[in-house]
Parts: sequence; C-alpha cells; structure tokens
Amino acid sequence: MGPIGEDELFFLMQGLKWTVLLAIVGFIGGGIFGILIALLRTSKKKVTRTITAGYIGIFQGTPLLMQLFVVYYGVALLGVEVNAWIAVAIAFTLHASAFLGEIWRGSIEAVPKGQTEAANALGLHYGSRMKDVILPQALKISLPATIGFLVQLIKGTSLAALVGFIELTRVGQIISNQTYRPLLVFGIVGAIYFIICWPLSHVGSGLEKRMAKAAR
Amino acid sequence: MSYRFDFGAVLDRAPELLWASLGTLGLALAGMLLALVIGILGVVARTSKSEIARTPVIVFVEVVRNTPFLVQIFFIYFALPLMGIRLNPTVTAIMALGINGGAYAIEIIRGGVESVSRGQIEAGFALGLHKADVFRLIVLKPALRAIYPSLTSQFIMLTLTTSVCTSIAAYELTSAAQRIESDTFRSFEVYFMVTAIYLVISTMMMGLFALISRHYFNYPTR
Repeated sequence: MGPIGEDELFFLMQGLKWTVLLAIVGFIGGGIFGILIALLRTSKKKVTRTITAGYIGIFQGTPLLMQLFVVYYGVALLGVEVNAWIAVAIAFTLHASAFLGEIWRGSIEAVPKGQTEAANALGLHYGSRMKDVILPQALKISLPATIGFLVQLIKGTSLAALVGFIELTRVGQIISNQTYRPLLVFGIVGAIYFIICWPLSHVGSGLEKRMAKAAR
Repeated sequence: MSYRFDFGAVLDRAPELLWASLGTLGLALAGMLLALVIGILGVVARTSKSEIARTPVIVFVEVVRNTPFLVQIFFIYFALPLMGIRLNPTVTAIMALGINGGAYAIEIIRGGVESVSRGQIEAGFALGLHKADVFRLIVLKPALRAIYPSLTSQFIMLTLTTSVCTSIAAYELTSAAQRIESDTFRSFEVYFMVTAIYLVISTMMMGLFALISRHYFNYPTR
C-alpha cells in the first residue's frame, strides 16, 4: 500500500479542475440550447413541439453513459479530428439542453395565462413578450429545479471517467490502482463531490420551501 | 470521408443483447425492491421521535444524494471484501442500486406520508373506523397516490442508472455492449443499438406505470 501524499492530492485537484470545467461548460452550453428547446417546445407550431418533445424524450429515456458513448464515437465518425475533451463537452451540452429545456418548458407553462394575454393586449410582439414578461417570471419559478439539475450534472460528469476522460473520478481510479487504498481514495473523492453538491442542494431546497410557502 | 455502417456485425450478437437486456431488467427490479424496503424503513426511522434514529437517516440521505453513483458503487465494491463479504459483481450492483435508490425513496415517501392531513385521520376515527382501516383507507392509499408519480420516475432513473454497473462488470446491457465492441470494433453501431434498447425499456416501463396508475388511482380527489 502506498501513502496518499501531497502528489496524490495535487493530482486529485487537477482532476477536480476538469470536473468543474466540464460541469460549467455543460451547464452554460446546455442552458443556451435549453432555452431554445423550451421556446420551441412551447411554440404554437405543432411540428416544432413534436420534434423537441422527441428530443427531450430520447435524452430522458436513455442512460447518460450511453449518450456519452454514442456522441463520443459519433463525433469521431464525422471525420473531424476532435479530442476527448470536446467530444465529452458536446455530449454533456446535449444532455443538459434536453433536461433544462424540459424544466424550463414547465416553468414557462406555469406562468399564469393572464400575463401572456396582458402582454398581447399591450401590443408586445413575441420576442418582447418572452424576454420582458414571461421568461423572467419563468426563470424564478424554475430556480429550484434548475439548481437540482446542476447537482445532477456535476455528479453526472463522473461518468466521463468511463470513456477515459481524466476528471476527478478517473483520477481517483488511477490513484486507487497505484496505492491500493480504494476506500480512502474514493472516500476523499466522494467528500470532494459532497462539498460541492451539498451547498447547492441546500440552496435549491431552501428556495423550493420558500416558494411553496409564498404560494400558499 | 465515407464510413460504412455495419449493423450486421452487431445484429449477429442479438441473442447476447437479449439476455443482457433481461439482466438489466433483473438488476433494475431487484434494485427497486431493495430501494423500496430501504425507503420504508428509512421513513419509519426518519419520522420517529428519537433523534438517534433520525440523524443517521438524514446523514445517509444527504451523503447519497450529493455524491455520484459511480463513486458509490466503487466504494461499495471495495468496501465489502474488507468487511469479509464476498459477493459477485451483479449482487454488489444490486446493493449499490438499492442503497442509492433508497435514499431518494426515503425523501419521496416521507413527502407522501406528510401530505395526508391530520383532520382526515381524525375524521376516520370519528366515523368509527378501526385503526387498521384508518391506515389502509385514509393514510395508505392517498399517500401511495401522492408518491406514485415521483417514485415511478425515480424507478425509471434507477433502471437507466444500471448501465453504470458495467464499471464493476455486473451482468447487464452496457457491459454486453462493451464486450461486443471489443470483439467487433463497431463502437458506434453497438452503442447506438443498445441506446435504442434502453429507450424501448424505459418507454415500456413508463407505459406500464401509467396503466397501473389509471387502474388503481382512478378516483376523484374532491
């Protein structure tokens, strides 16, 4: 058995950096496409509603790990030379866009109908109605679920380890194999995830309780 | 560039994929049952009057819900042998799935039990119902109805999570896919087809859950 020293901790922090980056890229990329999905999903045109419903259904009905594998090897087939980092980032962006799109669809629909009618009565066109009236209110409603999904996404980035991407969990595997101290190493790795995710979960459920009380 | 898709190489292994699908279903079913047992026991402890019973459950739920399943399954996989317990990977995977799903089930079931209002229970006693009848008719069924949507979507999540069990080489669909991939080098085709199989499984489960719901919880609330 080897010791867990400074070198190992440094290596873990390197892995953590990639975990955080991957989660941020997935969340921002997924957020941008997610708004698009949510708007198309709530549009008046039936075609766009059906297509986006299918898109969401596929991502919610298949394992994240399979999505990673399919995108990872699918991108390679396109003939473009991309490194693992880009392929994995694309996969998490697509994954996040479907889940955030569905969460935000729900909150757009939860904004009272009267708001849309009032915006129409004021003569606002679609863009302004969404940007100035509906989306700000929808964003507030969606906050607890959005934060909840961010926690899911951070935990989900650990699966990138299984396609060989070096992030926190993969570093844990490597150190565990070198030092033969799996419990200590995965205990530390789990604790690092917990330190990041728990405060977020706490904020999310706190918001949820406050909003439930306000609604009563 | 022209890549020639070859799904035939994968289709040749269809029987293997079929058996592995049953493996996935079995893993999911066993995981759900264990999650349900942990969920019910956890709620009993979580809602008890003694703090010694409540605190470990709260810690358990928070730890499990805020760490990745992959780290949990590795931890359990290496921890069991150190405790002198030797299990095959598939049984270990069921334990990990049950523990993970159990933490979520505790929160869902607790919410459902708390949603039954005190007044209804008192009204039941006022009508002269026995304690068992009050529990069965006034507490249990409405609580089941309240938790059913969250619990079943959690079950579908659990089913999709079984794919992570390939990391400890449990018998299921994703590990079969990886085996076929290393034999045929048809990575994209294998994973594409297996993803489709997962979609079929989760869609069928959703349909089944909706059918059960329509059958058992089809009564007016007010």
